[in-house]
Amino acid sequence: MKCRKCGENAVINMRQHKLALCGEHFLEWLPEQVQRFIEKYEMFTRDDKILVAVSGGKDSLGLWDILVRLGYHADGLYIGLGIDGGFDYSDQSHAFAEQFAASRGLKLHVVEIEQTYGATIPELAVISNRGHGKPCSVCGLNKRYIMNRVAHDGGYNVLATGHNLDDEAAVLFQNTLNWAGGYLVRQAPVLLASHPGLARKVKPLCRVYEREMAAYAIVRGIDYVYDECPHAIGSTTIGHKEILNQMEEKRPGAKLQFYLSFLQAKEEGLFSVKASEPELHACDRCGQPTSAPGDCSFCRLWDKVRTVKGMPQRLPAEFNLIPAES
Amino acid sequence: MPVKLVYRGKEHEMNPGSTVRDAVRKIGLQPETVLAVLDGKLITDDTVLREGMQVKLVAVISGGAP
Repeated sequence: MKCRKCGENAVINMRQHKLALCGEHFLEWLPEQVQRFIEKYEMFTRDDKILVAVSGGKDSLGLWDILVRLGYHADGLYIGLGIDGGFDYSDQSHAFAEQFAASRGLKLHVVEIEQTYGATIPELAVISNRGHGKPCSVCGLNKRYIMNRVAHDGGYNVLATGHNLDDEAAVLFQNTLNWAGGYLVRQAPVLLASHPGLARKVKPLCRVYEREMAAYAIVRGIDYVYDECPHAIGSTTIGHKEILNQMEEKRPGAKLQFYLSFLQAKEEGLFSVKASEPELHACDRCGQPTSAPGDCSFCRLWDKVRTVKGMPQRLPAEFNLIPAES
Repeated sequence: MPVKLVYRGKEHEMNPGSTVRDAVRKIGLQPETVLAVLDGKLITDDTVLREGMQVKLVAVISGGAP
């Protein structure tokens, strides 16, 4: 198959776009697409300070690479979860994130959960007895909290994550199966900062196929952690991705159509935004926005865990971050 | 000489002549979920597999939040 732009051998055929490209033209095309989505959904401008949540995987490192190539002010945040899985998963992920940042002279903030708060994510899941034996629930809670906290403390007004089209379509599929109205209302390329202390959350890759991001990392020479999070194996999300890919196989573009039609339906008023917006106030303990009365769920979770471990309950008041440069 | 497909460290041997896409299906994978790499370079899934080729299949699906 030949590149549509130059006739050289193609490295990727994107059936949903009826487009095959060589390595050089693919590396030009993908950032152009991301820039188009950033503008279309009014995610941010070159005046914003962006914090990119990086996991050491293809999507987040690819996103960081693209944003820097596009001329945005983007620093990284790596959260060490303390997951081993028999192959040092978190250590490997950390090493890829560090290597990426160091080789490009980029700033990477690192928060190691165990060193900062006193337990690894798997340990936290066991002690707190949340998530029915899976740490994904406490992992999500901790990541959301720390991402927002670091953005706030470090002077970043935008938090970018590497969620791709397959991630978004899988979540949409799950929420539609459950008619989870509250989640459907909140699923969007941009979540505006609705409260002081909350960063604007953006997903610049929301229309980019996971396959395209893997191809981008390979062609661009980005080393990333290839292994799956050991706790994600057999997850509902992966099962839903498989179903969606069966549909994609028969009808190229099915995943994209599913997601875009949802966004359009939302824009036309299918869901009521006001009905499910929780009222937020500052956590009595840490000051982060929360919908819970008194302490936020993060502080309550760690209170319980630190009590069980015989540690002082007081959590670190703030991260010692070097602020984003203006 | 058979063609080798390598996926997550496991080798699958097959006869030459089929496309990458068909070969991927034959070993029970969805073509949408992998990329094919030959000699360190990506190849498209219409590439016909020839004798002695060793193709690495890279999984593209991840399950956790990034």
